[in-house]
Amino acid sequence: MATVTSTKTAAKPGVGPGWPKPPGQNGSNGNGRSRRFRGRRKFSKDTYRIVVWILLAAILMMFVALASSYIVLSGNPEWQPVRMPRAFMFSTGLILASSVTMTAARRQLEQGLSKKYQGWLLLTLLLGFAFLACQLKGWKQLVSAGVFISGNPHSSFYFLFTGAHGIHLLGGLTALGFLAARSGRVLSGEASEKRSAAADAVALYWHFMDGLWVCLFLLLWLWK
Amino acid sequence: MAEAIHEEVHRHPAPTGFIRKYIFSIDHKVIGIQYILLALTAVVVGLVMSVLMRLNLSWPGTNWPIMGTLFPTGAPGGIMSPEFYLSLVTMHGTIMVFFVLTTAPQGGFGNYFLPIQIGADDMAFPFLNMMSFWVTFVGFVVLLLAIFAEGNLTIGSWFSKLGESFAAGSGTVGPIGGWTGYAPLSALGKIAGPGQGAGVNLWIISIAIFCVGSLLGALNFITTLLNMRTRGMTLMRMPLTCWAWFTTAVLALLSFPVLLGGGILLLLDRVAGTSFFIPGGLYVSGSLVPLHNGGSPLLWQHLFWFFGHPEVYIAILPGMGATSHILSTFARKPIFGYRAMVFAIFAIGMLGFFVWGHHMFISGMSPYSAVAFSVLTLSIGVPSAIKTFNWLGTLWGAKIRFTTPMLFAIGFVSLFVAGGITGLVLGQTSLDFFFHDTYFVTAHFHLVMGVASIFGMFAATYFWFPKMFGRMMSESLGKFHFWVTFIGVYAIFVPFHAMGMVGMPRRYAQFGEYEFLKNTHGLVLFVTVAAIITAVVQLVFYFNFFWSMFKGKKAGDNPWEATTLEWNIPSPPPHDNFAGIVPEVYRGPYEFAVPGAAKDYIMQSEPEGGPVGAH
Repeated sequence: MATVTSTKTAAKPGVGPGWPKPPGQNGSNGNGRSRRFRGRRKFSKDTYRIVVWILLAAILMMFVALASSYIVLSGNPEWQPVRMPRAFMFSTGLILASSVTMTAARRQLEQGLSKKYQGWLLLTLLLGFAFLACQLKGWKQLVSAGVFISGNPHSSFYFLFTGAHGIHLLGGLTALGFLAARSGRVLSGEASEKRSAAADAVALYWHFMDGLWVCLFLLLWLWK
Repeated sequence: MAEAIHEEVHRHPAPTGFIRKYIFSIDHKVIGIQYILLALTAVVVGLVMSVLMRLNLSWPGTNWPIMGTLFPTGAPGGIMSPEFYLSLVTMHGTIMVFFVLTTAPQGGFGNYFLPIQIGADDMAFPFLNMMSFWVTFVGFVVLLLAIFAEGNLTIGSWFSKLGESFAAGSGTVGPIGGWTGYAPLSALGKIAGPGQGAGVNLWIISIAIFCVGSLLGALNFITTLLNMRTRGMTLMRMPLTCWAWFTTAVLALLSFPVLLGGGILLLLDRVAGTSFFIPGGLYVSGSLVPLHNGGSPLLWQHLFWFFGHPEVYIAILPGMGATSHILSTFARKPIFGYRAMVFAIFAIGMLGFFVWGHHMFISGMSPYSAVAFSVLTLSIGVPSAIKTFNWLGTLWGAKIRFTTPMLFAIGFVSLFVAGGITGLVLGQTSLDFFFHDTYFVTAHFHLVMGVASIFGMFAATYFWFPKMFGRMMSESLGKFHFWVTFIGVYAIFVPFHAMGMVGMPRRYAQFGEYEFLKNTHGLVLFVTVAAIITAVVQLVFYFNFFWSMFKGKKAGDNPWEATTLEWNIPSPPPHDNFAGIVPEVYRGPYEFAVPGAAKDYIMQSEPEGGPVGAH
């Protein structure tokens, strides 16, 4: 069906004047910006970066909404502040460290050191899981202090912020897992470009999750 | 030879199996049509509900036997109960706003035509695109479940087993709190009234799912537009439709997460015992609500309207884009002030984020904030007026071709002005104090956000139908549909203004007890008759749509003599839009009646100076 229509198009250039231009051997299929049309259709490095920024804008808006709710409700006379469990302090340290290892991994990739890149990635992954474990430990500490999700908003926000952030972090961990699974291979050309673009995008997401947690942590800890 | 190589390298083959081709398709065109069909289904449900509401308002206490059979508890003896009426109000609003006004213009036409108009062979992330449709579809199914869970005792009893907040089977068609779901009654459960158990839970879940679907869509739209424009398609050469879809996607991206956040808080209040929206010491139905304290019901209003106001622009901006596009095409003149149109559409979108407080003037907010919200709200009048005058400027002195899409586009301008002008009234705090929650508000938003957007979509449907299905829709049926609908909607909503000025409150199931509303009974009846006629005439549209799909007159590649890229390719377009060819764009989208040109339109793909093959 599609082939039929295509020959029709190609055979009938008079639909609109100047249209369609016969495709040259190097014709591209219409993707990407004009400067990329010279050669074969090239992988667009921007795609990953753009989509992660857009995704982060959406995630940021949701957490801004939740944080605004927190600030509004903290002004309520019925607000009962809850003490910060120690586990969350540890987890903050862990996630900060994971950002450092992620940056190290990217440095190694830039220099083309696949093995070292893989090592740093796995370390980042490990720190990510340790962070989540620590968050769960924090929940346990909250529960043993008699703080549950039900009840006064400050206690609910502890669970809500950690839970919502944790779910988004799981997405980051999945992406890290994909990177790690492909990190051992030595690549060149477009495949290598693609890999470093993906690593950049995942790093961006990861650093954002780190910064987001620090903000939520400071909010829960100091704004009460 | 070159052709063969080209085929091998660049074409991606069309799927052959039925399921991959029509159901789980990743082709943006199929997904667009799926969105349109979803909206065409949802709008029937919403429309039937509005007719039922009119029946109840005009002849309260009448026995409608079929209602008694379908909803034995909600309409005992066939007489609709006030709660049943309220649930109709809620579900009508929710279905229309989310599953019609948000899906058809953006998900439907945007999906289909944005990639083609910018010269791309698909969306940036085709799989994500498929996901966004199916997620939205699941959201719709969950919303329908709310109808069955509350309306059907058997299905209701299944839900009741899930826990107290899922108590169901109240006989209504869903929650009774309106599409805005104001807290604290929406946060409480069964105690807040019939339909407030499982009905509200499913309602929240449905909207949360819808938010996710829309976010995936927005992600795709923005990336596609930024990254996949073809050679020569600069931002300022894009058709205004693309600008509208882009702005809408930005609005969706930034506003739906806020609703999602609010929805999560609301659901937690209901199922996890939190108190985000429930204050301490709250009495409902004469009893104290236990175990909750520290929440703020007003917080929900802020979160909801921070989303809710951009949402009305999400509904109408694509209509504005389509109208600009169609007016220029059939006026055979360039759009008046292209740049101003682009800036105006973006200004409307961005200002929309700073005016949510005008929905809350009577919430007891500080008069200073009210003034700020009021001034910002009125300032939206500036870009709106720019658009309106530019539309009129486009029509000025034109030899207009009065085709059906053109009539609907002109109808859009008319409705946008008629509905928008009352926005200036409602945007003023002092006047809003009187008009708040009266039929005046109902008239305002139905004209400007409801009917105007729908007219934009009708215009788009009649305009692009030939491209989508390769056949023309019937012009005579279309014109008949236009005139009855156009007169019909004014006959429905102009009297609403009068009722509002008398002080008739919205969302009331009956007005018999109110002495001051006695005189409005004639108007109420008149509106009902107009509404029934207008609703029935939509059958003509449905008939025209499906009949023309198979029996309509064959359309050529460019039946309207339009200029943008979608009119360069066959109708319907091949699987990868441009059959592997890179379209190249040399000029702006509205080059009609160019002095010295051979024809009265020059397509975007036509090279500067010189005939075909000169290069």
